[in-house]
This record gives sequence, C-alpha cells and structure tokens, in this order.
Amino acid sequence: MKGHLGKRIAQVIPTLLLVSIMVFCLQQLMPGDPALVLAGEEQDPVVVAQIRKELWLDRPLVVQYGHWIGNLVQGNLGYSWRIRQPVIQLVETKLPVTLQLGVMAFLIAVLIGVPMGVLSAVKKNTVWDYLANGIGLAGLSTPNFWLGIMLILLVSVKLGWLPPSGYVPLTEDWRQSLATTIMPAFVLGNAIAAVLMRHTRSAMLTAMEQDYVRTARAKGLKELAVILRHALRNALVPVVTLGALELGTLLSGAVLTEQVFSIPGFGKLIVDAVFNRDYPVVQGVVLVTATIYVMLNLLADVLYVLINPRLRGL
Amino acid sequence: MRNLLMATLAALPLSVSALALITPPAHAQDAPTQTLRIALREDADMLDPTLARTYVGRIVFAGLCDKLFDIDAKLNVVPQLATSYEWTDPKTLVIKLRDGVTFQDGEKLDAEAVKYSLMRHLTMPGSSRRSEISSMQSVEVVDPLTIKIQLKAPNSPFLAALTDRAGMIVAPKVAEKEGKNFGLHPVCAGPYKFTERVSQDRIVLDRYPGYWNAANQHFARVIYQPIVDASIRVANLRAGAIDLSEQIVPSDVDTVKQDPKLQLVISPGLGYNSINFNLASGPRANTPLGQNALVRKAFELAIDRQALVQVVYNGMYPVTAQAVPSASPYYAPDVKPPARDVAKAKALLAQAHVKTPVVVHLMTPNSPDVQQLAVVMQSMAAEAGFDIKIDSTEFATSLGAADRGDFEAFLIGWSGRSDPDGNLYSFLHTGAPLNYAHYSNKEVDAWLDEARAATDVAARRTIYGKIAAQEEADLPIMYLYSATNIVGMTKKLSGFQPVADGMIRLTGMKLAK
Repeated sequence: MKGHLGKRIAQVIPTLLLVSIMVFCLQQLMPGDPALVLAGEEQDPVVVAQIRKELWLDRPLVVQYGHWIGNLVQGNLGYSWRIRQPVIQLVETKLPVTLQLGVMAFLIAVLIGVPMGVLSAVKKNTVWDYLANGIGLAGLSTPNFWLGIMLILLVSVKLGWLPPSGYVPLTEDWRQSLATTIMPAFVLGNAIAAVLMRHTRSAMLTAMEQDYVRTARAKGLKELAVILRHALRNALVPVVTLGALELGTLLSGAVLTEQVFSIPGFGKLIVDAVFNRDYPVVQGVVLVTATIYVMLNLLADVLYVLINPRLRGL
Repeated sequence: MRNLLMATLAALPLSVSALALITPPAHAQDAPTQTLRIALREDADMLDPTLARTYVGRIVFAGLCDKLFDIDAKLNVVPQLATSYEWTDPKTLVIKLRDGVTFQDGEKLDAEAVKYSLMRHLTMPGSSRRSEISSMQSVEVVDPLTIKIQLKAPNSPFLAALTDRAGMIVAPKVAEKEGKNFGLHPVCAGPYKFTERVSQDRIVLDRYPGYWNAANQHFARVIYQPIVDASIRVANLRAGAIDLSEQIVPSDVDTVKQDPKLQLVISPGLGYNSINFNLASGPRANTPLGQNALVRKAFELAIDRQALVQVVYNGMYPVTAQAVPSASPYYAPDVKPPARDVAKAKALLAQAHVKTPVVVHLMTPNSPDVQQLAVVMQSMAAEAGFDIKIDSTEFATSLGAADRGDFEAFLIGWSGRSDPDGNLYSFLHTGAPLNYAHYSNKEVDAWLDEARAATDVAARRTIYGKIAAQEEADLPIMYLYSATNIVGMTKKLSGFQPVADGMIRLTGMKLAK
C-alpha cells in the first residue's frame, strides 16, 4: 500500500508542473490583447505600450513564464491586473466560498443520489425504479442556469423564503450563510445526484448478482443487511471514484451557478478573469483548481484501499 | 452627611455620562441610519480614478470621489469641488476651489492637492486619464483656493474632461504612500468613504460626516453589488434584496412596471451603438463595402433602424444617425436616419457595379440581444442584395481584431461623453486610436481640430454640423441607436435625479422607512 501511495504522490509534482506550462501556453492562444482590454475605452496607444511594459507582455513567452514560475515558487501568485488585488488573497477569499458550496452540493447529491440508486436497483423494474430513473433523467437534463432562475423566481420572489442571491460567510452568520447557499447547492447537487444515482444503480445491480450476496442471503442475513453491508459496500468503490471526479465537476459547474446566484466564488472569479484577460488570476485559479483535483484523486486512491481490502497488498 | 455629599459628587459625573449614553447628542440623532443597496451590471475594476476604466466603476466613484465639476441634466458644466472657473485666454483656465473641503481621512483639500491629482492623472504610467487631459501643459497654484491650468493649445473639451474621472481629486498623502495600490484603499473627497470591498460581491461605502454637503446625504451606508444577469437583477429588486438597479433591459421593463412596489426612471443616455466599416485597415478593407460609399449607403438604406429597435428592444432606444446625444447643444437636428428604401438600395448597388449578393462579414459581440439585432439586420439586408455573415465574437477578441483590421464591419457600442469631441475625434480623426475604419478625410480632420480649439458654442455647433453631414456622405460609421438609461428602484426611494451619463448621484436621495 505504501508503495502504491508513494508512487501516486510522486506523480503529483510533475503533473502540476505540466499543468502550469499548459495553463500558461493555452492562455497565450486566447485571442485578444490584454493590454487593449486594460487600456479602457479610449485605448490611448501610449498607455497600451506602458501597460505592455509593466506587465512584461513585451517580453518573450519563455521569459514571461520564467518570471511567473519564479514568483510562484516563492509563494507569490502575482496580482490581479484588473483590480490589483494579490491573486493569493483572491484565492483565499473565494476558495472557501466554492468549497462550502461544493461540499453542500455534494452532500445533497449523495443524500439524494445514493439512496435513489440503491432503491432503483433493489426494486428493479418496479414503479420505484422508473420513478428514480425519471427523476435522474430530469436532473441530468435540466440546465443549471434555468433551474437556478426558476428557483429564484419561486422561492425568493414569489414565496420570499430565501435571499435571491449574494453570499454571507459561515463565520459571520451561519444561518444566513446556509440561507444564501442552499438554493445554489441544490442546483449544483441536482445534476450530480442524477449521475451518482445511475452509477449506484448499475454497480448495485452487478453486486446483487455476485456469489457473496447469495452466500450472505443463504446465511440467513436480513435483506437490509445484505444490501447495505455487502452489496452497497462493494458497489461503492466505483461510486467513490466517480464522486471524486464529480467534485472536480462541481468546481467547474460552480461557474454557472455562481453567476446566476451572484456568489463570489472560484467559478465567478475565473469567468470574469478570462473575459477580462486577467492572466495572473486565470493562472492562479487553474493551478489551485488542478492541485485540488489531483489531491482529491489521491484521496480517492486512499479511500479505495480503505473500502476494498484487496488493494492493501499492492 | 459629608460622606453622602462626597458620594453624590462622585456619582455626578457617572450620572452625566450615563445620561449622555441614553440621550444622544443632536447631531447623532440626525445621522442617517439606512443602507442603500445598488445593483451593478458587473464588478468595478480598480477604485483609483487615475487607473479606472469601467463604466460601473464611475457609478461607484459618484459616491466616493467628488470631481472639480459635474454635469447637469442638460449637460451643462456645473461646479462641484470647484466654485467657479474662467478662461482668462483660450489656453489658460483659472479654477476657484470650494473652501472647507476635506478628504475622507481629514486631510484638507486645497490647490496643492488638486495640482497633485491632475499631474498624477497626466503622468502616472498606465493612466487611463492621460489622453483626456493630454492638452494640459502645466498646473500652477495661485493661492490655496485657486489653480491656473495652462494648455498646450486651445481645447474646449478640456473642461468636460474635468466633469469625469480626470476631475476627481485624490488624497495626496494616501495616493503617494499607496502608489498603484491606491485603488485598494481609496481616499477621496466624496460623500461616502471606502469601507471594504469583496471583489465580485460588494463594495461598501460609509457616510463621511465631514463631507462639504453632508446635510444632503441620507444614508449611513451604500453597498454596490455586481449582479451580472439582468433578469436576476430584477428578481433581486422584486424580492427587496436591493433598492436600486441600473441598466434594466427593455425586455424586463414590463415586469418592473407591473410590480406595485417598484418604479422605473427612463431617461436618454450619452452612448450609442454603431457599425464601423473597414475602409482602409489592412487587406480586409478590400471589399465593395469598404471601398465604395455607394455600397455603404445602400447597406444603410436596406436597414430599417426603427423596426430593428422595435423588434429587439421594444422600441425603447431612439434611432440615430450621429454620435452626438440628443440632449447636447451640439446635436444636429437635420441629420436623421433615412427611411428604409430597398428599391433605392438596389439601384445604388447597380450604380456601384458590384456583384450581388454583396457578402458582408459583420463582427458582433456575443450577447443575446446583439445576436438578435444582427439576425434581423441579416434578413433586412438580404432583400436589398446583401449577404450578411454574422461573426459573433467575444468582446476582448473583437477589440484585438478591430485593432489589427481583421474585420469588414464591426458592431460596437460607445458609452458616450458629454462633449461631442469625446464621441467624434478618436473615431474619425486620421490615425486616432478608435478609428478602426482608418477613415481619413483631410477636411474632417481640420474641422475636428477647429472644433476642439473653438470656445464659442454656436461656432462649434456649426462645425459639428459640417462633420455630421460629411459623415453622412462618407459613411465610415453607421450609427444605429442611442442609449437609454433605464433604472429600476423601490418606490420607497426618492430624490433620484437622472442625468444622461447614467451615474447614480446619491446627493438628495432618500429611502422612506
């Protein structure tokens, strides 16, 4: 197990280095000149030239990358060209917002998706199965932004139960914080719940036909114990992998949801940064996101081992 | 008894203090306690008047930073931090300053501070104000409340520049200490001082009690919240989560009108939307449209601006054929958009000896309303013999393409300036930065320079009239419609004064309890 984990950890650094090079190169492919965007409506050529010089945009690409990576290893992600705030500060303020949203969305997804998947598999080809599949299909097919706007109109405008948008940190007022994030978390968790439901269903169907399930039943175990302790535990291995991958999807899915609910998180940060050609912010956010993604996959590897003892010998 | 007396005497100051706590002083009783929440269409950029460039940033500055001058509803220049001005000769402007004004950190605003700010706007690397006041030669402090500005050449629009960010005065000590990071903790001389900013979430300003016109400020706090989606802005307004929203889009106007708790203020704006034709910028100018004014005229006649605006914007934006806003004294009433005439358009194409259909690649922003606009134009122009190919392009990309000359026709908006020079010079003068078309007409160049130098309103109006007429003939830019400022707000809010620049001036605004 140690060898397996050691190997996985050793892959992290070159992966992140590669990500940094790719992010840097890919954004150079983005059309449009950041200096022109930053120079404002007037586009005074003298100012455009001054901006290019100040931001090192007039230097060769390798020099620009070297400058960025040199600062990066010293823990300096640069500053936002648009608002001049240090990128690290932006990351520190936005990341908890999206993480809170992501964790809440993931909890909602698991609470809806896994039980529905189990129910659908156990009650195969019954009304419950069709109903769960129908709900899953609806969850997958409903666009986030549409569902978000509909919820705002219903829950906030018509019923006046929850604030329509904005964000209050957990540390400031946890009740208000939950009130501002529950709707976006539901919107975000909804699609993932559907994915989890479908995967849990198929994994459970496979597990229920395995010999060990038949043996467990033959031993006289109650059906609920067979389902939860034997079938579900084995079926969860691929679902955990998927869950880890979907956490990454949560971060990207947050882009639209945060836009609709005006939540100042990571997704909104990167969208605005891309449109404003705020390169340091784009680079910083993508790098941090990639690190989180890589770490989550590493965590999933650890969880595999904990769930499936057969992997412990590796 | 002595002890009792001593105890009473000792308790007296305590009692007085306690009484003071219970009964607030008169000025504290009058201090406003309400918060005004304003929704903006996007997040502002740097809160530094020298470096700032976004339109919404100007809305925040309206609460944060006073200017030397302001404009009124009729676009007249009116005093703000200045009390009066005088052109002692066409190149010398003497400005008298308001006495007793302090910055939000308590520093006194005087002529030295004004000189510091103007020079900062002019010389700071990356200053977005440089081009607006580049005609300035020097600033001289005459006395603590008088400055004398020397220009390189006579320049009428100079005063108008001082009604916007170039006229904002920053606290010199803070600006000097913070340098380019001034925008993170701005200190100006406006009615509300900077408290905090959470980017993309809120900008919070608190009432500055030492403001020179504090009696007319009726909020304890003003919060600016960026809400990008127009329908979500309206949903927030309807739910009471915000008190005022700028830029209500025409499709949401009925929703706001039908809500008994809300009111709308609709007023003409300064900006416009237009199609810039590539006449001489690179190889893509070599098209019938770029090379022949008759083809451009035919294109214009093929488009029914009124119908276009009716279909896409419920008729809420007035059509126009010029860059000067209708509220301006320099507006040319004779220059009107021609009525659609397909037969004449076809005749002009025949006269130009071009092969039909004439293919036109139209670069447009990728917002849904502009897409709709382009599709309607496509169908209108097809009847006259044009085949419009819509190149929907993200904004920053389109700026780069326009700069390189990589376009045939470019649909773009301009936020507008109160002085006509700001809407014309940069777009029409040979070699000017926003002259994407590379339009060059020696007569127009001379008129633009002449209008800049002229100080008499009637003389300038005549010159701008000539420019508008020449533009109509050459048609380097086809103006489509002017902007309309549509502001939605709760009926509890009063005192909002619409001005064409679309700024939200907080002075005099009140929220009923």
